[in-house]
Amino acid sequence: MQQYRIAILGSGNIGTDLLVKAMRSPHLTCVAFIGRGYTSPGMNKARALGITCSDQSIDYIPEHADEIDLVFDATSAKDHALHAPILKALGKQVIDLTPAKVGPMCVPAVNLDSSLGSSNLNMVTCGGQASIPVAFAIGQTHPEVDYLEVVSSIASKSAGPATRINLDEYIETTEKGLQAFSGAKRTKAILNLNPAVPCIDMQTTIFANVKNPDIEALKRVLDPIVEKIKTYVPGYKILVGPILDGDRIVVMVKVRGRGDYLPEYAGNLDIINCAAIAMAEQFAMNGGN
Amino acid sequence: MQKVTKVLVSDPSLRDGNHAVSHQLSADQIAKYCRAAEKARIPIVEVGHGNGLGASSLQVGLAKTDDDVMLRTARENLVNSKLGIHIIPGFGTIKRDLERARDLGVDVVRVASHCSEADLTERHIRFCRTNGITVFGVLMMSHMISAQLLAEEAKKLENYGAEAVLLMDSAGYYLPSDVTERIGALMDNLSIPVGFHAHNNLGMAIANSVTAMECGATILDGCSRGFGAGAGNAQLEVLVAVLHRMGIETGIDLYGMLDAADMAEQELLKEIPRISSLSVVSGLAGVFSGFSKHVQRLSTEYNIDPRDVFFELGRRRIIAGQEDLIIEVAAEIAASKKEQS
Repeated sequence: MQQYRIAILGSGNIGTDLLVKAMRSPHLTCVAFIGRGYTSPGMNKARALGITCSDQSIDYIPEHADEIDLVFDATSAKDHALHAPILKALGKQVIDLTPAKVGPMCVPAVNLDSSLGSSNLNMVTCGGQASIPVAFAIGQTHPEVDYLEVVSSIASKSAGPATRINLDEYIETTEKGLQAFSGAKRTKAILNLNPAVPCIDMQTTIFANVKNPDIEALKRVLDPIVEKIKTYVPGYKILVGPILDGDRIVVMVKVRGRGDYLPEYAGNLDIINCAAIAMAEQFAMNGGN
Repeated sequence: MQKVTKVLVSDPSLRDGNHAVSHQLSADQIAKYCRAAEKARIPIVEVGHGNGLGASSLQVGLAKTDDDVMLRTARENLVNSKLGIHIIPGFGTIKRDLERARDLGVDVVRVASHCSEADLTERHIRFCRTNGITVFGVLMMSHMISAQLLAEEAKKLENYGAEAVLLMDSAGYYLPSDVTERIGALMDNLSIPVGFHAHNNLGMAIANSVTAMECGATILDGCSRGFGAGAGNAQLEVLVAVLHRMGIETGIDLYGMLDAADMAEQELLKEIPRISSLSVVSGLAGVFSGFSKHVQRLSTEYNIDPRDVFFELGRRRIIAGQEDLIIEVAAEIAASKKEQS
């Protein structure tokens, strides 16, 4: 079988962790790891792994277009807005890990099949990957969701400079994703960065105000979805709930990472990257079209 | 260091006080207090949900009055007193919240982050500078890192364009010696004014504020009758009286200030802030004062000792904004109690 060739744009925490995951995948071959300089820890790691590295950023791709089937963009929302038209003109399959919202939003446990037709997939946000499956289950079992709120806490150390500068986009994109997948009238996303040592695991709480809450029905829909998520994110776990606290539904989720590039507490990186890899593998298995 | 002769007093009664009433301040109450503050010539009046713009939520508490109405009401009733707001990136965003606040005529924006996360504020501070709005940087829960690290974080705020930096003792944990060390470190490293925001869990709010001033801080926060989270803030009318007795200029009219405090007691407060036994525990544990209502509610619900909850939250180093984890801690304590019995 012909190898499915991927390139990773962005040599920060996300990009480097993606690289380690891509190398483990039997379906994917990483042909280029691309940043803006050769001195970052991510670059050093990629070189040590024997991967072709470049400091040419997006300019590398047009020059090597024939060698690449799929591009992961792990730069920033602002950069992806510039990269997207270039990659589109080259006809490349794109998986966007920034909150740029160029392509349709993809959460594999919810809409894997319908996502396969899009040339640019947006992986929403880490908080979105963790919470949208739950929000979707709430929407499926409650025709009227008045309000849905998601609070994520992540370890400070797991948030690099791009994540920090993209905080507003993170909130906006997560809120849009929650709305699209749950049908809630209003949504809100909140992010906390906690510097505690030892580092806290990524944790996400979903609150919902719905008409006629039905916890049993929600459990029946949620359980198989959680099993599906676990196939690509083994460290995904429902910590509390679903419970009714007063008149609000509460579900708390914890994500422990695989500890590929960053340690296990960085479940926020793990979940968005695992989702991205799961999609890339689908494209590879579909013959790369 | 030059001796401080003048202090800029900022009054967050209508923001921090919202914590004490579960964010239920009404537009009418806001209007009344703004008029009293204006009369007292209080320089800055801060308004909003307890956690600032965009923070009304199931996580922290839904506000009775939305941000727009709060800001409009305050704006209509403040002339010489400046209208201030608090915003925490992660809760509030530029597009949804700060642009609105700008359009509604906010004078002073205080962009806050947990003490070690100053870089989250960069874009918000720059936005204010670009739009010609006075902007201060705020480091919350500032007892949680060393004086040297605080100075480094504060320096980042200065570099982003903050026109002053305030330390918040959000847990009411500081003793005067902590103030001296931390405010001192900021004074040594910054070229912009430094301020202090006290809480009274250990009965130190006024003493700590005075100590901050003696170390060079020229901005002090205080709330009428101490109206604020947990055991309350530095009691503003007391602070002003103390400053005046020390010969410090505040521009505030003392009678007007006392009238505003009396009015607040009658019209705004559900109960006068006091150092309850639980506030002492909260302060000792170094837990965010704004958690107190949530801890009390959940401890009753789970039939557990709220003091255990506070100490466990402190042990886990839970920070402001992580109210959801109180549910987890309460559930765990309840479960282990069941096991033991």
